Amino acid sequence: MTARNTLALTVAGLLLMAGPALAQPTEIRIGVALEPPTLDPTAGAAEAIDVVVYQNVFEGLVRIDQTGAVQPGLAKSWTISEDGLTYRFALNEGVTFHDGTAFDAEDVKFSFDRLLAEDSVNAQKALYAPISAVTVIDPMTVEFTLSRPDGLFLFNLGRGDAVIVAPESAANNGAEPIGTGPFAFIQWDRGSRVVLEQYGPYWGEAPALTRASFVFISDTATLTNALLAGDVDGTNNFAAEALAVFENNPQFKVLVGSTEGETILSTNNRKEPFTDLKVRQAMAHALDRQEIIEGATYGYGVPIGTHFAPHHPYYLDLTDTYPHDVEAAKTLLAEAGYTDGFSATLKLPPVAYARLSGQIIASQFAEVGIELELINMEWAQWLEDVFANKDFDLTIISHVEPFDIGIYANPDYYFGYDNAQVQALNETLNATTDEADRLALAQEIQTIIARDAVNGYLFELAQTGVWNAKLDGMWQNAPVEGVVLRDIYWVE
Amino acid sequence: MNWQQLGRHPSLAIGLMAATLFALLGLVSLWWTPFPIEQISIARRFLGPATEHWLGTDHLGRDMFSLVMRGTLTSFVVAGLGVIIGIGVGVPLGLAAVAWGGMVEWLVLRLSDITFAFPAVIVAILIAALFGPGEINAVIAIGIFNIPVFARVARGGALAIATQDYVAAARLAGLGNAAIAARHLLPNIMSLLIVQGTIQLSLGILAEAGLSYIGLGTQPPATSLGLMLRDAQSLFLIHPWLSVVPGLTIVLIVIALNISGDGLRDAIDPRLRHEGLNHGAG
Repeated sequence: MTARNTLALTVAGLLLMAGPALAQPTEIRIGVALEPPTLDPTAGAAEAIDVVVYQNVFEGLVRIDQTGAVQPGLAKSWTISEDGLTYRFALNEGVTFHDGTAFDAEDVKFSFDRLLAEDSVNAQKALYAPISAVTVIDPMTVEFTLSRPDGLFLFNLGRGDAVIVAPESAANNGAEPIGTGPFAFIQWDRGSRVVLEQYGPYWGEAPALTRASFVFISDTATLTNALLAGDVDGTNNFAAEALAVFENNPQFKVLVGSTEGETILSTNNRKEPFTDLKVRQAMAHALDRQEIIEGATYGYGVPIGTHFAPHHPYYLDLTDTYPHDVEAAKTLLAEAGYTDGFSATLKLPPVAYARLSGQIIASQFAEVGIELELINMEWAQWLEDVFANKDFDLTIISHVEPFDIGIYANPDYYFGYDNAQVQALNETLNATTDEADRLALAQEIQTIIARDAVNGYLFELAQTGVWNAKLDGMWQNAPVEGVVLRDIYWVE
Repeated sequence: MNWQQLGRHPSLAIGLMAATLFALLGLVSLWWTPFPIEQISIARRFLGPATEHWLGTDHLGRDMFSLVMRGTLTSFVVAGLGVIIGIGVGVPLGLAAVAWGGMVEWLVLRLSDITFAFPAVIVAILIAALFGPGEINAVIAIGIFNIPVFARVARGGALAIATQDYVAAARLAGLGNAAIAARHLLPNIMSLLIVQGTIQLSLGILAEAGLSYIGLGTQPPATSLGLMLRDAQSLFLIHPWLSVVPGLTIVLIVIALNISGDGLRDAIDPRLRHEGLNHGAG
């Protein structure tokens, strides 16, 4: 063998070795802060469930796209009757669940019967209350009958709570989810990660990624290091305080988008002294929204003056209803009979925005004479004390449900706002399908709850994703909870 | 001990002075800090050290020097109460073991063996996890892991004294076990206890910082050095100064207490220099 031959062989060998490395990567590792308690999106309220499985493992009849619009999903088309009470869906053919069983109209009926059953554990059961019957017309056609018109019906069908499950596997979905989505569940290493793999026989367009793992890293410093070291390829929501690490780094892209999370200083409207409108108005005047946004979200939050997402077309800017005004707050407190202020407790769930906002608000309230005692709680305790038992004065929480102004029409809800006018307006809103009327009604409710200062309206949470600069197709905004993998791909 | 003796042990003098200085800083914070620690001012956050804010400001615009003062107080109070619990329970146990002997001694020793088998901070985490986070539980946790340390030290010291003639004389004179322990054993192991107490104080400060750092100790809006570290950790790459200040403070306090402890040991009883007193390794 001549020297030239040896050289040629060596070069060929090197090329062979380099070959696989040059191919487009098709795997992704996503760091997420919270591990889901279960993987069944129809059996829990935790956002962490949808982050892993929504539109990846499970699909609904329709799906919500990045802009919040409703797109065809398992149903390829639908017709709505004149009175808005009957929806007929034509289903896609050739759809199979990941265990190989076929999808048809019976699965749709099963899923909704299960969701609406007495013993259903679905967290959003109330959203689907208008459904009075689900009828199988033929294997590829299903009809929904509603008891009253519902302007948000299609959107609600696209939520993670209404995904289609199979009777054969539904019971095990919490530990081993089986859906119809482009990715099949492979394994769940508890405390560490969930692995998904592309489902070959997927009925729709195959995604670019072949494998995805969701790695659970709750600590910001650890996640920062994992991103810098390349142990994870991105995260959908990174702590705003440390975002500066990645902002000017060309290896990463930072995606700042909107979410549906209205962060509010929830006030127990049943309890003295918060039953007094003047006290609530005084608290609203005492809040310095800009300082809270700067301090708790590092400027990424968007100010809100009512319980509505600022990027929604129905949003009304009411941030000036009660501007920051210490003197006005003191006057109102005096008029309400609290010349020397009062003391109250502020229960805080274990999320950074709440803990930071809590400290800032305590300092702002101290200026008008309201002494707040901060009580830090774990999630389970918070859910029980505040949300279930309504045993609280004040708390800070982000309401991440899209279009959730209806909670103000429920006097049994944890903050206990009871206003007959709002309840009537909300009922009309639910039954109205005309866009212009809906907008007027939604804005009227927004105005009333803002004037009533039901809660302290702080800011809309931002979604701040950090991703490898070579990744593309991630959702910038979060109109629904979830990290949708189907559009994500690597660019070279 | 007098000033002359102190002069012969320069490390003791330095250690005591530094430890006292930190303790005073903490005490003063009860009445005065340069800025109120609850006062949040986002506009002034992340200021570096300057004439107005000697150590700069943190992520909520609070004055770092004020926070360090109050944090030092928390650390000293929590660790100090932990040591007091350890002495209050451990020393009587150790003395009882010597005075009564037999089953009592066996029981005390086995109980301390069991407690020693678990690393101290793990015990503290267990307690804080069971009873919830908070300063009081941190005190209890630190107190519990101090008990066997002091029981051992008290027993070790008292064993040597129990064989002395004057103890035998007291026994002949009709004094009971409890009276002998209180009148003859306890006063003679006092110096040992002071030395061990100083060392346990520094370990307690580390434990408090550790518990607060993992979120099981002091809760905001109160502050402690460990909590300051916790707040600063996600900002470490952007504002390293916020971690350096509480970190260095902890290091300095612990060094000061350790050299005080070593110095006290040498000064009080030179014979002890190469013996015992290793019970405190936690």
